[in-house]
Amino acid sequence: MDGFVMILTVFVLAIVVGFEIITKVPPTLHTPLMSGSNAISGITIIGALVLAGQMDSSHLAQVLAFVAVIFATINVVGGFLVTDRMLKMFRKKD
Amino acid sequence: MLNPSLVNAVYLISAMMFIFGLKGLAHPRTAVRGNRIAALGMIVAIAATLLSNRFDWHYIILGVAIGSVLGAVAAMKVKMTAMPEMVGLFNGFGGAASILVAGSALVAVTQQAGSSPDMQMKVATVATGIIGSVTFFGSYVAFGKLAEFLAVKWKLYLWQRVIKYGFSLIIAAGGVWLGVSVMETAGKPISVGIMLSGLLIGLILLSKKDRFPGMDALKIAMTIVSLALGVMVVMNPANQMLFWLMVGAAGVLGVLLTLSIGGADMPVVIALLNSYSGLAAAATGFVINNNVLIISGSLVGASGIILTQIMCKAMNRSLANVLFGVMGPTSDTPSDDEVYAGKVKATSAEEIAMLLDGAQRVVIIPGYGMAVAQAQHAVRDLANLLEQRDIQVDYAIHPVAGRMPGHMNVLLAEANVEYDKLREMDEINPTMAQVDVAIVIGANDVVNPVARTDPNSPIAGMPIIDVDKARTVVVIKRSLSPGFAGIPNPLFAMDNALMFFNDGKKAILEIVNAVKEY
Repeated sequence: MDGFVMILTVFVLAIVVGFEIITKVPPTLHTPLMSGSNAISGITIIGALVLAGQMDSSHLAQVLAFVAVIFATINVVGGFLVTDRMLKMFRKKD
Repeated sequence: MLNPSLVNAVYLISAMMFIFGLKGLAHPRTAVRGNRIAALGMIVAIAATLLSNRFDWHYIILGVAIGSVLGAVAAMKVKMTAMPEMVGLFNGFGGAASILVAGSALVAVTQQAGSSPDMQMKVATVATGIIGSVTFFGSYVAFGKLAEFLAVKWKLYLWQRVIKYGFSLIIAAGGVWLGVSVMETAGKPISVGIMLSGLLIGLILLSKKDRFPGMDALKIAMTIVSLALGVMVVMNPANQMLFWLMVGAAGVLGVLLTLSIGGADMPVVIALLNSYSGLAAAATGFVINNNVLIISGSLVGASGIILTQIMCKAMNRSLANVLFGVMGPTSDTPSDDEVYAGKVKATSAEEIAMLLDGAQRVVIIPGYGMAVAQAQHAVRDLANLLEQRDIQVDYAIHPVAGRMPGHMNVLLAEANVEYDKLREMDEINPTMAQVDVAIVIGANDVVNPVARTDPNSPIAGMPIIDVDKARTVVVIKRSLSPGFAGIPNPLFAMDNALMFFNDGKKAILEIVNAVKEY
């Protein structure tokens, strides 16, 4: 139970931090914010990697995790790249 | 091999990098660097994970390779007008990844002799399965509606048909196959349930309308079924097919919830699904007891919730109304004839050029129509031309203009419009009376003064850009057809309004030529 309260604490604090930071993002950058945060939600990749590579695990668990690795990698790679591409377009007159 | 404490310390560093990365998005000047810091944080987290144990590398390398290629190609090829579709689709991938990780963890734990999942893992697995599945199927529907192949009656292109029928077929056949193959082990009710949910999803996705009779009852039923199955998974985690049946039921719910939502509400839906994909990742963090997943997932969840709120506020509607309400003309909405008859003045490019010649301040109000007509570059050319003649040109952007939050800003940025010219609604409205010419291109409901004047209108109370207060308003539009709200716009009949009936891009090009010749 203690362990659960610990990670619940982390969860709640992270949401508060999230609210604080995100409210400061100007509407101009809302689309890159969505694609960039989407890339960050691809963090499930680390869970997927561990399960896909587990040596003593069942084959089914590995195959499920393998598909998860593909999806999460698309999110991470595609998300960060497309956000970078978009953000580079926002500029002042030079 | 790194020891677990060290790995967790590295995860903390990644989490900090995500936070500082997002902080960078507070300003366009620091945003590129912010995004790269977040990306670096991801690389650090992945590296630490891969060094944390000895792994069977086959699936890891293959999965990362396939995902990287697909992701990179999508990111490089996607057109800026198609950003909403892409973000919609990627939200779904996030949801799918979360379900699969939770499912895989469940299999791994329950098949290990002598180990059984604890309460936290069981509940988190259920939460991940339900949220993840609603996200995945909801996002697919959002993608399909944005790419205009779901819930439409018109003829589809080949690629649209391939995706639409292909996806339906895969889900239906997959459900039936899984149901049949687990008939022995999982018992008849569960296997039939899996078959049914697969068939139901496949069938509903073929519907050519976004609403059908009994839809709301089915939504409620599927919510109850998903939650009840969730309780059963917690009580009996060893029967993995219960988990997949729950995912199937939640999938039906995800399809139903998104299918009934109209085009104008797409920005809300995309933001909400973005939030869900984050929450699914956070829930996955509870499944595998991992802080960095929880932190990143909550950041994304919070971001999506804030965007959802902003979008709802910009339409003066509650989230419940967006998700479950029906928007459209009511019986006391005036007819087109009452509003427009004899009062609408059509204009020409030459007349607009004459107006612009005497103007000092011009504001351009873009809407989804600008994206459809791909007119952003032409608009920029017109603005440049006017600026060369010492006319001040700004852009007024309504929060729900377009199909996702910030859609117009990205399109104009792509056309090299400097970001400090992109003004927010609240910033520009007080100065609207000093504007000589307001040019509305492809926007309708967000400039409809009825929102201020008629408390019975479906858009009553929605904040709008007060273009009617400008000296002259030029509206570029193909016809007098209504916007998403389905109501006539008295702006078009006002004394200071001129209609230029034309395709968005062609209209702007004609105005550019007329200004040059004037």
